[in-house]
Amino acid sequence: MRKQILNHTTMANTTQLEDFVMQVRRDILRQVHKVNSGHPGGSLGCAEFFTALYQEVMDYTTDFTMDGKNEDLFFLSNGHISPVFYSVLARSGFFPVDELNTFRLIDSRLQGHPTTHENLPGVRIASGSLGQGMSVAIGAAQTKKLNKDKHLVYSLHGDGELQEGQNWEAIMYAAGNQVDNLIATVDLNGQQIDGSTDRVLPLGNLKDKFEAFGWEVLEVKNGNNITEVIQGLQDAKEKTGQGKPVCILLHTVMGNGVDFMMHTHEWHGKAPNDEQLEKALAQNPETLGDY
Amino acid sequence: MKKYIDTGKKDTRSGFGAGLEELGKKNENVVALCADLTGSLKMDAFKNNHPERFFQVGIAEANMIGMAAGMTIGGKIPFTGTFANFSTGRVYDQIRQSVAYSGKNVKICASHAGLTLGEDGATHQILEDLGLMKMLPGMTVINTCDYNQTKAATLAIAEHDGPVYLRFGRPKVANFTPEDQNFEIGKAVQLTEGNDVTIVATGHLVWEALQAAETLAEEGITAEVINIHTIKPLDADAIIASVKKTGCVVTAEEHNYLGGLGESVARVLSTEYPNPQEFIATKDTFGESGTPEQLMEKYGLNAKSIVAASKKVIQRK
Repeated sequence: MRKQILNHTTMANTTQLEDFVMQVRRDILRQVHKVNSGHPGGSLGCAEFFTALYQEVMDYTTDFTMDGKNEDLFFLSNGHISPVFYSVLARSGFFPVDELNTFRLIDSRLQGHPTTHENLPGVRIASGSLGQGMSVAIGAAQTKKLNKDKHLVYSLHGDGELQEGQNWEAIMYAAGNQVDNLIATVDLNGQQIDGSTDRVLPLGNLKDKFEAFGWEVLEVKNGNNITEVIQGLQDAKEKTGQGKPVCILLHTVMGNGVDFMMHTHEWHGKAPNDEQLEKALAQNPETLGDY
Repeated sequence: MKKYIDTGKKDTRSGFGAGLEELGKKNENVVALCADLTGSLKMDAFKNNHPERFFQVGIAEANMIGMAAGMTIGGKIPFTGTFANFSTGRVYDQIRQSVAYSGKNVKICASHAGLTLGEDGATHQILEDLGLMKMLPGMTVINTCDYNQTKAATLAIAEHDGPVYLRFGRPKVANFTPEDQNFEIGKAVQLTEGNDVTIVATGHLVWEALQAAETLAEEGITAEVINIHTIKPLDADAIIASVKKTGCVVTAEEHNYLGGLGESVARVLSTEYPNPQEFIATKDTFGESGTPEQLMEKYGLNAKSIVAASKKVIQRK
């Protein structure tokens, strides 16, 4: 079926989207807690982005086909934030929400990092080994042009992930070849496994860098405000089709929504224990119903 | 013994170029990507005749492989072209995750494989690529022997749904297989019949194996030469059937003996029908500058070496 979206009435819609985000946060926390592994920090920071994409911005069908003709496509490059991807895919109708119970378990379609190998609807490329998703998104965007398909390709990348050189090959290619049906978003949370990006390997001024390569760059100052994220994505859509690939620098807070997980790299790849889960869930009450 | 005629030396990469150009006309879903080696890969005809389906990516092989994976989404059949070294070792993780694990219908087409790239030397002479590629689950690995077979293989892999590594080379080598051959992936081609030794060869060493068989015949030794153009999936039945007849085997490839065709054959025989085997391959070494002929001689990859190995393996029966 064409995407299951919430009601479109501006104010009520925002509340509903915020409820959706809240439930996604619970899903993230409960998935990683159950198997005592996974990556909650970056996942929590991107709950608004995924909600905006799948509940508001993208045109897609949940009758999943790998080819994805005549619909918008999304590629997750930083595959370790699979918990947020799985939660939003399930709650958007790609597969049963109950399946979130199987995250990282043996014989599950919900592998630690997303894969096409288990035929999970909604996933079109394996990711996890970093730095590969932008190239894939560019390829898919070029195929859309060959197929005269006007739909867009979206991708998400971690900021630390930009330390991988392949990204810069891709960034150079996309600008040089006017791949203007692509919106690549960088999750700027400033954190990576070993510490802040500034301490591990400074990224410099990403806006200047993308612009120097020939991209159109937009910034979303508060990537954890659903209204701002939607506005940023809509603005980005307006910039497509004008000869330049579009980048959104999405400023987010790693661990957003759980006070003791915020603004630190400590929860990049660590699951909460029982007590911590309880505390975290208390800050994010159930809205749409737990799986 | 059946004789094979060299109809005139030709480079296998030109067979690829000719096949790709034919595909361009036949199949509108075929697209080609190249990392700044269009002339070397003989992709010019495709580029000139189908410019909208040709993607020059620059010296950026990782991006090329990733893009190719993405281009399959929406039904395209991407053929990537660069040297074998840059087609495999340089981009192994991109192939592993974005192509093989993701099950994408990408054709990785690699020229200048092995020592016979020649004067450029060891930095460019990859002798590990077959091993790298055959270890990837789901990857089909093909190493063609001459111009005609490379063209036929290029056409055939477009019809195969799944990732393929197609390996060929730089120098002009004997062209002796039929122009109108039907290339069947995974199916060995038996070229001669014999009772004393089986010679399983791949790539242009198939021609060397045929020359060796003629020399052996003069001494009353009959060799069964098998052209294994597909390293994976390996035609185990053909190999076992022949070794049941001859009782020994020589494998011949322009590749390290660690990880190549020889090891694949050894695995099959050790579990199904153990018998003596000798390896014509490089022995865990890098290459060096030189002419292709000089390198084949120095590293023991020619008919003379195959003759010696055949006599040795027969002794071991």
